[in-house]
Parts: sequence; structure tokens; C-alpha cells
Amino acid sequence: MIRIEPRTRAPGLWAAVPPVLAVLATILASTVILNILGVPPLDALHYLYVAPFSSRFNFAEVLLKMAPLLIIAQALAIGFRARIWNIGAEGQLILGAIGGSLLPVAFNDSVNPLMLPAMAAIGMVFGMGWAAIAAWLRTRFNANEILVTLMLNSIALQLLYYLVSGPLRDPYGYNFPQSALFPDVAMLPTLISGTRANSALIVALAATLLAWGLTQRSFVGFRLRVGGLAPGAARYAGFSEHRAIWMALLIGGGAAGLAGVFEVAGPLGQLQRVVTPGYGFAAIIVAFLGGLNPVGILAASFFMAVIYVGGDVAQTAAGVPHTVNLVLQGVLLVTYVAARVFTDYQVTWSQRAKA
Amino acid sequence: MALLELCGITKSFGAVTAAQSLDLSIQPGEIHAILGENGAGKSTLMKIIYGVLQADAGTMSWDGQPLHIENPAQARAYGIGMVFQHFSLFETLTVAENVALSSGVSVARATTHIERSGARFGLEIPAAAKVHALSQGERQRVEIIRALMGDPKLIIMDEPTSVLAPTAIPGFFGIVRDLAAAGCAVLFISHKLSEIRTLCHTATVMRRGQIVATVDPTETSQADLARLMIGRDIPHPKRAVATVSDTPILKVTDVTVADDNPFGTTLKDVSLTVHGGEIVGIAGISGNGQQLLAHVLSGEIPLSPGQGDIVFDGRPVGRHGVAERRAAGLAYVPEDRQAQGSVPELSLTENALLTGHMAGLIQHGLIRRAAATAFSERCIDDMDVRCAGTGAEARSLSGGNLQKFIVGRELALTPRLLIAAQPTWGVDIGAAQAIHQKLVDLRQDGLGVLVISDELDDLLEISDRIHVMFRGQLSASIPRAEAREDVIGALMAGSFAEAVAAS
Repeated sequence: MIRIEPRTRAPGLWAAVPPVLAVLATILASTVILNILGVPPLDALHYLYVAPFSSRFNFAEVLLKMAPLLIIAQALAIGFRARIWNIGAEGQLILGAIGGSLLPVAFNDSVNPLMLPAMAAIGMVFGMGWAAIAAWLRTRFNANEILVTLMLNSIALQLLYYLVSGPLRDPYGYNFPQSALFPDVAMLPTLISGTRANSALIVALAATLLAWGLTQRSFVGFRLRVGGLAPGAARYAGFSEHRAIWMALLIGGGAAGLAGVFEVAGPLGQLQRVVTPGYGFAAIIVAFLGGLNPVGILAASFFMAVIYVGGDVAQTAAGVPHTVNLVLQGVLLVTYVAARVFTDYQVTWSQRAKA
Repeated sequence: MALLELCGITKSFGAVTAAQSLDLSIQPGEIHAILGENGAGKSTLMKIIYGVLQADAGTMSWDGQPLHIENPAQARAYGIGMVFQHFSLFETLTVAENVALSSGVSVARATTHIERSGARFGLEIPAAAKVHALSQGERQRVEIIRALMGDPKLIIMDEPTSVLAPTAIPGFFGIVRDLAAAGCAVLFISHKLSEIRTLCHTATVMRRGQIVATVDPTETSQADLARLMIGRDIPHPKRAVATVSDTPILKVTDVTVADDNPFGTTLKDVSLTVHGGEIVGIAGISGNGQQLLAHVLSGEIPLSPGQGDIVFDGRPVGRHGVAERRAAGLAYVPEDRQAQGSVPELSLTENALLTGHMAGLIQHGLIRRAAATAFSERCIDDMDVRCAGTGAEARSLSGGNLQKFIVGRELALTPRLLIAAQPTWGVDIGAAQAIHQKLVDLRQDGLGVLVISDELDDLLEISDRIHVMFRGQLSASIPRAEAREDVIGALMAGSFAEAVAAS
């Protein structure tokens, strides 16, 4: 008979074992998978894990993709620590992109330097509003936020399709489903000249600092953590569960909305039918891979960005399907969860009793 | 020949030796007490006998044959039954269905068995009754009947009287004696000395995982048994005269609240007052609505209009939540210290913050870490908590030390009123004494103290007045001078509620 019992070992360095194992397993699995697709193992390793560092442009791409992952994952982790499961960052990001596009589409020839901050504010409010639907349904009707946030993703996508083919479509865009190109004042400053890496990364690093302060130093973070670890103790201490739900979902929604603004104001430069290559979902993996710890998430978002860029390189160089990216994200999550089972629990074998 | 012999049984959990070379011999038809404080190793011993745990070393023999038990099913096959302290019955099923489910026989056969055992051992219980409608004592009968299903030669009973009203205990003893007379040995686990002296033929006393003595309890005085059990004399809290305030600190009027749990107890017209300088006790067998009352008083379940009034320090607080009531000067030591009073995974400093955050430990939304550490240090020092310092995780503390820490934290908030629910549950005698002394000291300082407990001896020792709770109703209070065990015992069995219902 197999028995699975929780380990009583103090955490510490052991916390680093599951993510490291998951990363190693993903590197191994990716070579195998690409080999099945006809790419020799050494080439596969090169495309996925060396190429992203081999040129200034490629490395800048890593930094570009790291920014939204980092912003969203830090915010999601705050909620996850309180056991409030926002699976809807993808939809909240889309709403942020829509909200961020309103001003540059409406005032397409504006030169007002306040354009970008205003876009960021509107995008965050849109993302928060989308998450607020889930918070309201949960606190009012006890509707499960996992289901609600997940389903709102699909609605957000349809809303985006409608807007880019209708009200927000560029009237001079030959009927393509995309908005007008944004004016310069609506674009993020570049971080490394000649590349697409932009100042969203600075904001993401600031968000990391903020998340660290919130989780490690603030009373709000403490209350959220108690609510996640011991709901009974939170009720006993008078920490409101409704407030925790609202706070966790609004923080996640706001961060995802901001990441959405940074996509349209950064690499895209307009609102399109596709504003995110799955950042909202990948950020969930990043949050867990980073152990829900602000510093761990910093490292995890970097690795996830490397996979994104490596997958793109493999796609163009060896013609593998772009879904390889999704497969690798899946491998990363599954191996991480499996490794957690073995570090948090011990498996003991005992002879089946002859009853 | 001995029915069951244990020789050199040893069991360790990590660095802790819970059982150290235990030798034990039980004769057929013997009522054998295992006596010891919490954590003395009583549960470990009985779990080894019942096959829940396996010993690291030592041998057991049954009727002279070597005995190897790997799981409870095997133990039952040998003829060893067990009555657990916490019942494992399905409340929505009938008695017969519960017995049938656990023993794998048809409901019809279970019904016959229930009727037969009922007639033979005075365990009358309607086989068709749903378990949720039964009292705690009746549920215990179901557990005993279930244990009797396999015609056991040995029944282990874990703290069986803890769920019974004092008046129900003589009847229960009769059942145990009948079982023994029929040749079934009974292993009776308890920490209540008087019961063991009345009932048992032999008493094995355990302390810190070892057997310290095997005595004839009828020949040994209660004080001697206590000394063997804790290794020294039991101290009593020192009470002095206290000044009782003129106006009550807490006044509860006609509180009627239904429990969320469909099988829970509803509070009916509960009224009580607590003045400064007095300890008011609420006695009663657990499960009669005490937990709901504690939640209603602490503010975890605020009152709605029409559910009654709670006035704290002259101000109505019935509709207020926990935070507002705490800000007004209410402190509360909850019954469940692992899941409510503390967060096991967090450090003591963080646990001090749980309710101590009101004591100036937060500034501009940030935690003042030095102040929080100093605060938790004070809780540790005040109550003499044994721990590895303020950074120790709450789960690393023993139950008694964690409870002392929680009491210390609530007192460090300098409350006007302290509510303590089951303050000495699972706490060793030393820690229980320290907590009692602290409660008595508070009363001397003019605070109001409300203690909810099912340990009647404890309440009689510290309370100025005692109410009794039965099926959600509260009796009038009995002053200390008139509160004798038999008086309170009758109330615990519901005599006042019947009087109310009859009038």
C-alpha cells in the first residue's frame, strides 16, 4: 500500500528544489519533443536556451516578454497566497489593452505628454473592473472565482474581436481588424536602442519591490496571508474575508490591465485581434514556479520569457509549430507540481495487510 | 493466563519517545485503567494495541500466542474493540445503518444485534433512530454497540466519560461492569482519578512515555494517584477577595440564534451578565451550544435585529463584528487553538500580531517589527511559555505552551473582559494551573472573566458563579457557595430545561 504523508521538515533551501527540478525537466523534455519533430538534440538546445542570449536583439526580446509576465505574476501571487484563485489575468489583460487604446484611438494626433499615464490609469481600471465582476459574484453569491474568472476570459476575447472589427477599427485600415496606429506620445520609451525592449521592465521591477514590501512588511499582506493559511484564525482575528477577496482580485486585475496597456503601447503600437501570447496563463505558472515569493517570481519570469523567445527562434529556424511553447509551459507546470509532491510529502510503501 | 501481554513496547516519533519499554498485562474480565496526563503516552499505547500504530520494538501476546497487528481490521478479527473519544458516526443515517456500515452486515442483522446487546448490557437504543437526534451519551452507546459487534474479548475506551453528564456516569459504569462480568476485559483510558477509583480493578499510571506504577486504585488515595501521575502535588490557584463592579461589563439579553449546521444546537433566550472582578463559568457537556455562544459573544457571528442584545461596557455591540468588539476591550481565547487561536505555520511574533496588532504594532500600514517582537517576547515571559524564541513556529510548541502563549497575548491587550473557551483542553496540569492562576489574578485586578468549559472540576475551582448550558439553553447562575457537583450535574443533564418546558 502506498501512503503519502506530509513531511515535517522545515522549509529553507528545500524550497528551491522543485523549481530547479522543473526547469531541468523542462530542458530535457524540450530536447526530446523537438527531436521527435526532427530537430537534432543539440540544435534544439541551441534554439531554445542559447539563442535567446546569443544576440542583443534576442536578449532584448527576452526582457520585453519578461515585463508583462513579471507584473502579472507578482500580483497573482499576492492573491494565491490568500488562496484566492484568479485564473482570469488573460481576460483582464485584454480589457486593459482595450481601455488603454481608447485615448490614442480617439485623439490620434495628440502630442499631450500625459497621454501614456492616462492610458495606464484607464487600462488598470478596466482590468480591475473585469476582475471586480468575479469579486462581486464571489462575495455576493459565493460563486467560485476560479470558474468565473476563467469564463470571463472568453467573454473578454469576444469583446475584443467585436471592438477591433467595429467601433475601434481604423477607418483607413482597409478593413483589417485592428485600430489606427498609436501616436508617439502613446508609446512606451525604448529601453535598449534598436530593440523592442521597453520601459515596461522598469515598472515590472518596481512592481516586484512593491510586492515584496506588501507581502513581507505590510499589515495588509499579513492579513491576506493569514486568510490563506488559516481562514478560521482570520475570522477569529476579525480580518474580513470579503475585503481579502476584493483586494486580491483588484490587485490582479489592475496589474493584468497595466500589462495589457504596455502590450498595445509597446510592441504592438495598436489594438489588434491578438494582444497577448497567453501571458495571463503563463503568469500563473510563473507565480507558482517562483514559489509565490517575489524574488523567486523574478527568476521564474525570466526563465519563462526565455522559453517564449526560444520557442520563437525554433519556430523560425526549424519550422516547429508555435504550440511547442504551450507544451513546454505545460511540462514546466506539471513537473513543478510533481516535484512539490515529493518535497512536501513523503511516500512510504507498506505491505498490504492480509485482512 | 493473561489475555493480553505487552513486553518492552517502544515507539518513537523522531526525537520524541512516546512509549518506552512498556510492560502491561491484562486479565480476562478485568477493568484496567491507563492513567496519565495529556502527552503521557496513553494514546500511543492504545493505538499500538489497536493496530493503528506499529511498535518500534517489543512483543505482544494474546492468550499466550504471539500477536502481530498491522491494522485495526486485524485487531477486530482477534477480538479487540475500540470506543473512540471522538465519535465516527454518520449523523444522517440510523443507528442500525451505522452499525451495518462499519461491520459489513445487513441492516436487519445489525438491528438484531443492537436489540440483543441492548437487553444484555443495558444499552437500550432505538435501532431505527437517526444519529443526529441522539444525545452524546446515546451516541456513545452506539459506538459501544458497534465495538461489541465482533464479540470482543477486550474493549479499549478512550476518555469515555468526557462526553457524559455527571448523572449519566453511574449508568455508564454499570454497563462497563456488566461487560467485565461477561468476561470482556476493558482498557479504560482516563485522567479522572475519582472515576478510576470507583470503577477499575487495576490502574497503570503513565508519565512521559513510561509506566511509573501499577496499583490497585481502590487502595490508593486520590492524592497519591495524582502524585504518581504528575510527579508532584497538584497546586491550587490562590484566590483572594475581589471587588465586584456595580455595573456589569457584559450584559447578554435573550439571545436566540440558529446554528448554520443543520444538526447544530440553536441558542434559545440566553441571558447572562459578567461584572468586573468576577469569574463566571459556563458548564455543560460540549456540543450543547457553547461554541455558538462563544462565536456570538466574540463577534464572529454578529447578531441580526430580533436575535437579542449584547451590551458591552454600557454600549450595545450585538451588531458589531470582531474588530469593533476587540477595540472596545474584549479579548477571547478560542476553543480551537490550532485552527483559530493561532496559525501553525507562522512564527510566534506573527501569531502575536494576529490580535496584538491593535496594541500599536502597525504604523502607516506597515508592521513595526521590533515592537511586534517585543510584544511577543512579553507574552512569552508573562506566561512562562517554553519555546525556542519569538521566531519559533506556533506548531513547534506543545498544546499547553501554545495555549499559554495565546492567553498571554490576549492579556497583553489589557482587555476589560476576557472570554476563555475550554482554556485547559488538552493542556497538562502544570499549564492548566498557570492559566487558572492567571484568570484568578485578572479577577483580582477587576476584570470580568467568562470561562466556558466542560471540565466541571475546573469551573468549581475558579468560578464565582456558574451557569449550565443544555441544548442551547442557559440555566440561572448558581453562586459559588451553592455550586456542588451534584447540583450542577443535575443541571448538566437538563433538569432546568425540563422545568422550563413544563411550565
